[in-house]
Amino acid sequence: MSRAGTACATLVALVAGTLPVFAAVQPKLEPCLACHGAQGQSETANVPSLGAQNPAYVLIQLFMFREGLRIAEPMNDMAKGLSDDDLRSISGDIAALPPPKPPADDGDPSRLDRARALVEQNHCNICHRLDFSGQENVPRVADQREDYLLKALREYKSGARHGYDATMAEALQPVGDAQIVELAYYLAHLAAAR
Amino acid sequence: MRSASRSLRRILIAATVGILALPGPLAAQQPAAPAQPPAPSWAQGRPDSPAAVNLAPQVAPPLATPLDKLPVAMLKVPRNFHVEVYASGMPQARSLRIDDKGTLFVSTRTLDRIYAVVDKDGKHQVKTLLTGLRWPNGIALHNGTLYIAELNKISKIDNIEAQLDNPPKPTVIYDDLPSDEPHGWKFLAVGPDNKLYFNIGAPCNICMPPAANAQLRRINLDGSGMEVVAHGIRQVVGMDFHPVSKVLYFTENQRDWLSEDVPEDKLDRLLHVGQDNFGFPYCGGGNVPDPQFGWGHSCSEFTPPVVRLGPHSAPLGMRFYVGHMFPSEYHNAIFIARHGSWNRTTKFGGDVVVAKLNPDGTVKSVEPFMTGFLQDNKYVARPVDVELMKDGSMLVSDDWNGAVYRVSYGQQRVSLNH
Repeated sequence: MSRAGTACATLVALVAGTLPVFAAVQPKLEPCLACHGAQGQSETANVPSLGAQNPAYVLIQLFMFREGLRIAEPMNDMAKGLSDDDLRSISGDIAALPPPKPPADDGDPSRLDRARALVEQNHCNICHRLDFSGQENVPRVADQREDYLLKALREYKSGARHGYDATMAEALQPVGDAQIVELAYYLAHLAAAR
Repeated sequence: MRSASRSLRRILIAATVGILALPGPLAAQQPAAPAQPPAPSWAQGRPDSPAAVNLAPQVAPPLATPLDKLPVAMLKVPRNFHVEVYASGMPQARSLRIDDKGTLFVSTRTLDRIYAVVDKDGKHQVKTLLTGLRWPNGIALHNGTLYIAELNKISKIDNIEAQLDNPPKPTVIYDDLPSDEPHGWKFLAVGPDNKLYFNIGAPCNICMPPAANAQLRRINLDGSGMEVVAHGIRQVVGMDFHPVSKVLYFTENQRDWLSEDVPEDKLDRLLHVGQDNFGFPYCGGGNVPDPQFGWGHSCSEFTPPVVRLGPHSAPLGMRFYVGHMFPSEYHNAIFIARHGSWNRTTKFGGDVVVAKLNPDGTVKSVEPFMTGFLQDNKYVARPVDVELMKDGSMLVSDDWNGAVYRVSYGQQRVSLNH
């Protein structure tokens, strides 16, 4: 298990059922929130914020973790015992969390301008929509953590992360690593950029 | 105010997109633009208009719909035909093959598995037969052997019927294949010449394909003797051989993002093995010169389709009807599953049509046969493949719900909830 995973497991033990904020939360969601953030916003390095994420996308990812189609510890272990109904209800509950907050940092305007051109050239804003809220199986990436975006894009590019379809592997085919860095920066500073 | 300024920004973004789409000095003046990469393959040629914003590839949900929630009552067939659920609980149910004992094999496209549905005293038991495969869309049966076409290899399991409870790992017979994911999934069929036929799709929406792509090949049952039998083919996910003439017919999916209404997807036939070129990437639908690659070419250079099947309709699985249950008008007609469009504002397809042929093998008519998959511009089900049962009834797979339906004629309808 990664360091983040170990830290999260400890957190799960500490917070499960003990904080008022979890009182209304389904027990099955509690372990998720320990790492991914109670208010939809992750405070954990390389762990994505899940608030307002599209339920169809969340369900696909949980399914892939459970079935071993996508490998990313500790998620494969976390998803192992979940039933199909668990996947459905967790996806719905996650979608109901508030969206992650826009970053306080407005970002470097000239860097954001350059990145916007890249976003448009690569048509990121078609499937993910102009406001990057995504749709159905296409994830919300607005105000996502920059470190996670960087990791996800690099893994799609290298093939380390299998998508549920070929779409992201194809999308990143013509995109180099330096451009991936800029895309992650842009999406993480979207409130300023859009 | 904030909303107004956001709208303004959107307009500006749209304007910027328009500028970037222009070749030459204007685009070059964008100081921020790095060396322009080609658009990703699936987005090449895609319009940058907000109207296109809601169009994105739709994927089959990974969880199968429970039996009692299947939309079987919405599926309509002609008078005296009946639809029932044959089997359910198979996420991404795609290609269908049934063996002499009545065991049904069901593939998946981007999952790792193949299911088997065993007929035990009229009850259809679903089991996951194989896992750990890489996009095993293509399956075929011949003399008791199951052949499997994964993304980049073809393998087999002999005597599969005797090994349903504990199948061995498939034995690879052919792997001289590209590993591109775009259109990397295959359809597999055994021809009347006892050879395996399969497609290698174009690794893009629209592009000049590498020499190994955009073609149909055949190999001997042991993987030897590869021949390219047809060229200029974007993607094929269904084929069958005419029961009398033995000519290969296949469905072909055409490019996206050219327009709402063209090019149309096609039904093709291969009359000149090894020679016919069906036009990709120069000509779409047999009649639309490609705006990017069509210069210097005419659609008349290429083998025309036997019929066009509608824009973005995604015709996939097809079979000649050689059973004896359906009325004689269906004899030797082709049932074609049209998966339905995503790259179109008003969805098109999402049905099973029947193409009736003239004695010379040309198409006399194409009629809707099984409809209702599309309701209010949304899919409630999506047909992928068709397969005939020994009694002449027809199975239809639905990857949207992970189910297989059985269409029969003239019998008492079987209650679903007994």
